[in-house]
Amino acid sequence: MSLTGWLTIVLFAVILTALALPLGRYMAKVYTGERVFLTPLFGWLERFLYKVLRVDPQREQDWKSYAKSLLIFSLAGWLLLYLILRTQNAFYVPHALNPLGYHSAPWNVTFNTVSSFMTNTNWQYYSGETTMSYLSQMIGLTVQNWLSAGIGIVVAVALIRGIVGRSGKSIGNFWQDLVRTILYGLAPLSVLTAIVLVSQGVIQNFSTYLTAHTLTGLTQSIAMGPIASQEAIKLLGTNGGGFLNTNSAHPFENPTAFTNFFEMLLVLVIPAALVFAYGRMTGNRRQGYAIFATMMVMFLGAVTVAYIAEAHGSPAQHAAGLHTHVIAGSGGGNMEGKEQRFGIAGSALFDVVTTVTSCGAVNSALESFTGIGGAVPFANLSASEVIFGGVGTGLYSMLLYVLLAVFIGGLMVGRTPEWLGKKLEAREIKLAGLGILITPLAALFCTALATASSAGRKSIAEVALSKSGGNTPQGFSETFYAYLSQANNNGSAFAGYTGFIQPSAGNVGSHGITFADLLGGFDMLFARYAPILFALAVAGALAGKRVTPAGLGTMRTDNPTFVVLLIGVIVLVGALTFFPALLLGPIVQGLTGHLY
Amino acid sequence: MSASTANTERQSERQAVSLFQRDIVMRALIDSVRKLDPRVQIHNPVMFVVEIGSVITTITWLIQAFGGKPLGGGHEPAWYTFTIAIWLWLTVVFANMAEAFAEGRGRAQADTLRNMRKETVAKMRDGSTKAASELVKGDMVIVTAGELIPGDGTVTKGIATVDESAITGESAPVIRESGGDRSAVTGGTRVTSDEIVVEITQEPGHSFLDRMIALVEGAERRKTPNEIALNILLAALTLIFMIVVATLRPFGLFAGTSISETTLIALLVALIPTTIGALLSAIGIAGMDRMVRRNVLALSGRAVEASGDVDVLLLDKTGTITIGNRLASEFIPMPGVSEAELAEAAQLSSLADETPEGRSIVVLAKRYGIRAPWGPGEHDLRNTEAQFVPFSAQTRMSGVDYQGQQLRKGAGDSIVGFIEGEGGQAPPELRGQLDRIGREGGTPLAVARDSQVLGVIYLKDTIKEGMKVRFDHLRAMGIKTVMVTGDNRLTAAKIAEESGVDDFLAEATPEAKLALIKEQQEGGRLVAMTGDGTNDAPALAQADVGVAMNTGTQAAREAGNMVDLDSNPTKLIEIVEVGKQLLITRGALTTFSIANDVAKYFAILPAVFIATYATGVGPHPAQGPLHVLNIMNLGTPQSAIVSAIIFNALVIPLLIPLALRGVRYRPIGASALLRRNLLIYGLGGIVAPFIGIKLIDLIIHNVLGA
Repeated sequence: MSLTGWLTIVLFAVILTALALPLGRYMAKVYTGERVFLTPLFGWLERFLYKVLRVDPQREQDWKSYAKSLLIFSLAGWLLLYLILRTQNAFYVPHALNPLGYHSAPWNVTFNTVSSFMTNTNWQYYSGETTMSYLSQMIGLTVQNWLSAGIGIVVAVALIRGIVGRSGKSIGNFWQDLVRTILYGLAPLSVLTAIVLVSQGVIQNFSTYLTAHTLTGLTQSIAMGPIASQEAIKLLGTNGGGFLNTNSAHPFENPTAFTNFFEMLLVLVIPAALVFAYGRMTGNRRQGYAIFATMMVMFLGAVTVAYIAEAHGSPAQHAAGLHTHVIAGSGGGNMEGKEQRFGIAGSALFDVVTTVTSCGAVNSALESFTGIGGAVPFANLSASEVIFGGVGTGLYSMLLYVLLAVFIGGLMVGRTPEWLGKKLEAREIKLAGLGILITPLAALFCTALATASSAGRKSIAEVALSKSGGNTPQGFSETFYAYLSQANNNGSAFAGYTGFIQPSAGNVGSHGITFADLLGGFDMLFARYAPILFALAVAGALAGKRVTPAGLGTMRTDNPTFVVLLIGVIVLVGALTFFPALLLGPIVQGLTGHLY
Repeated sequence: MSASTANTERQSERQAVSLFQRDIVMRALIDSVRKLDPRVQIHNPVMFVVEIGSVITTITWLIQAFGGKPLGGGHEPAWYTFTIAIWLWLTVVFANMAEAFAEGRGRAQADTLRNMRKETVAKMRDGSTKAASELVKGDMVIVTAGELIPGDGTVTKGIATVDESAITGESAPVIRESGGDRSAVTGGTRVTSDEIVVEITQEPGHSFLDRMIALVEGAERRKTPNEIALNILLAALTLIFMIVVATLRPFGLFAGTSISETTLIALLVALIPTTIGALLSAIGIAGMDRMVRRNVLALSGRAVEASGDVDVLLLDKTGTITIGNRLASEFIPMPGVSEAELAEAAQLSSLADETPEGRSIVVLAKRYGIRAPWGPGEHDLRNTEAQFVPFSAQTRMSGVDYQGQQLRKGAGDSIVGFIEGEGGQAPPELRGQLDRIGREGGTPLAVARDSQVLGVIYLKDTIKEGMKVRFDHLRAMGIKTVMVTGDNRLTAAKIAEESGVDDFLAEATPEAKLALIKEQQEGGRLVAMTGDGTNDAPALAQADVGVAMNTGTQAAREAGNMVDLDSNPTKLIEIVEVGKQLLITRGALTTFSIANDVAKYFAILPAVFIATYATGVGPHPAQGPLHVLNIMNLGTPQSAIVSAIIFNALVIPLLIPLALRGVRYRPIGASALLRRNLLIYGLGGIVAPFIGIKLIDLIIHNVLGA
């Protein structure tokens, strides 16, 4: 541990808050239809888009109609992306957009990849530089990066409308929300971001891969591509799917310590801003502050544990006397799988940032973390991505937890529970309860299937490699993490678990592992769209409710007591659900000096 | 408003039926076994899961007892399976017992009531007789001193004292008379003097007593909306723990550890919210019961729940905030009128006024040496030359037409309106006097003869002691109090200020009262009120919590959703507290139940995975890395799991008294209350089982050798 490390973490929290506050105010204006400074610039384009899409933005939708639009749009996107990826070299594609003449990945891997990008998960069984053409990356994957982020945000906005709605069933207009999200939010921010990234050395070209001659006389192929444009939305939209296999550990995606810091801010800024926007849209900014405080406390707690654990090293490293070796430029600790230019604090912070959100980008190898340090991403995922979480998804999932906390806490002050003046009754509890349950259930269920079946165990790297059959805590961690990450639409991985066997770049002779590909694909789709439907249904149920003015006897949801209650509920639900599974993976590893 | 509620400021609490009364305990024990019927359990998802678990573990034990292997692998001894099975059954039995106890207490009350419903013979007005159970609506019966009133009804003729102790627990007899707001009588009560004619108002089997019996017995109990919502939450938690436990089996096998069905079921039962699942319905029944013990009959559980949510309390000034009887203390004549002249007119206009105010005017007039032109009690029957004008809420005047003169007394505005209608004009001094009395907190009544205002009667109002503290109390509970009074604004403002009430509705008519309730409800607030008169009925029906006074009219008692047998308007405060207690108890035990799970994990999981990934070297070669999680240092894996299950079961009977009594409500503001309950039931819920499980393990491992 070092002072610089701690300062980096504190500074990050401060700058994040400072950026998110004005962005939150801006977003609240966008979604309440107020004029913003970009309106003169994009207003005509917005109106033009409505005309093209044949959308009447004045026509408000109830939750069912909103959900229907969302599902149809998603389905269309899924089919389009599947088509693009499966026809990578089928039609005439300009050389510049597929310079290496890559074939398409097999159907099962493509199913997984398409579901992954549709759901903002960006789980990747493939390596970008050996699988995808530039066309697939730009027109296929990048576009879905945008749209999946947009869908997450509009669901959160619709839920907020339901919570604060005073009249009728309407929760807004899906098309209008989506267009505004992209036009006034994601697009301008992405352009700015891409320019900053390019200035730091992130590449943006259509060159064919470079060949370098190494010092030992070998040749090395260096991947190229339009990276900066995808990198921007990968982070801003908490997508996390790297252009290149090593993701943000690669110098072309994340070249400097500055970009490392900048990229972390990009990941959290929209989720954090949405929380403030929520406060403003409820008409009481303190509501937003309370949720922000809840998220920030849990976030800093996770960072602290990860940083201390990584700086301390693992029991096995201690046993080998490794912790005492101060490697040049670092303060010792576990540097396995980490980049020198980021150091332990920069890696620990980055990985907490991308696992509390549904981003899942990585700048170091999670599976090389210490047992306890590696348990932090697990714990973050176990909290169902409500600590900032994915763009939109974090907020709507958190709001479902708030609903649950209000119900339990509200009873304890002697009133039937009410949230922002609205009574919580059987219907809301049912919908919110199911909405919260889906993700953990999907994760546990898929992990059970994968660990219990020989088809599932095939994906564990160690099973193929070791004679003992690979039933180790590490094998369990990899499998569990894979389905937990996919269920939470995160996308980060404990490498080793695979669904794609690719003997050479360009997909010739490659094949997928159908079991892992399909199970993961369904895990992602189910755990994404079922909670969305429940969140929208909650919005619909709350929209028409009568509002009771708050009094002294009403439980407040904007003070420290509530923050404590909310943290307690999130931790307890997450811990009680995942503790047994965590025991058999990261906790066993953290408690033993034995190497797996 | 009637002043009949004046002397009811007392805390009569129905004798609490002791929890450990012998016959209640016996009955509860029998019931808790009888309720093992799966058709009963299916209504409670949490306990139904426990019962299925009990059946499976019992079967496993039987297989083991006949030399078979435990289901699902493992090498657990038969005694272990047997012990788990027994305690799982006990868990269900304890849950049933909680409900049976709660019902038993209600049933004891009901039995007392049922004894009163003895078959009586009703004397019909036409001289015939009829069995009480055959009386139908509209029958007229005569009841004389010493007889039981055969059914619910309204006194149509006469006045009598009635001993209502059978239903109210209050031994002092009350007066029931025809007309007005004290005309309702209840079947099963006894007339102690005089004779009355009663018109029966209920069909057989639907009497007040019948309803009361059904209510306290819980026969008509339906789940309240909040109870349903909480049940859904508990079912959701049960569902997630079922998946957690079901997936633990393949996870364990992956790590080379096979876990027996018995252990998995034990883990499941330990995790699902059995504590609150077991006590939830008892809490609801006990809430109704606590109302009954405060002599309040809630006609539905929903009403009890709603009373915890009340935002606005409408309180009648008279009898609630002030001592009911405003007494005449002074006659203030207008210029040119003598005091005696005013006194005589005031007395004449009040002779037919049976209210305490009216009587106090007559009493005051006597001090001026004025006597009524006719004897007491004769006025309504013999004197035909006097035409009495009764008080009505619209005119807000009463009086008499006597010897060609129209004598009226009433609120200042009404009297001014009256004389102006007669072509007169109010003297300028009148307004000054009215305002002065109003400012001093008194009630002015103007007296007029034809077109002339004679003067003003000064009625003094006394605020009850301790009202300010009570209103502060209510304010701390987050409840706004509104005083409702027929007085003018000035008087109302003065009394409102003195008593500390938040707001007031002056010059209230029944219409204004109803409008006020609707207005508050449209603003999203829940309104509670008390009432006894027929003109209160619409407002009582409109209010979310309408408490009718038992002394009130039949119409009022029908309109409200609660009846206060003590007819004590300040009872509303207690009613709200009972409602809040009920909800707090639910929330607190839910929190406690979920928080308990942490310790249970630390007891059961290290026991299950003690040998997982054992290295075979070191001081404990058979133990894997996870044994360090046995932070309670429990004896053996079996003793650890059994201890957790015993704790899980025993905590139910230990909490029955709390569930029945209810968690205390403190008016300290929502945030402070939440902090307090989170600390006790949340943090306490995490810590308590660590201690409890360790203690049980000490006994069964160190003493019994498990």
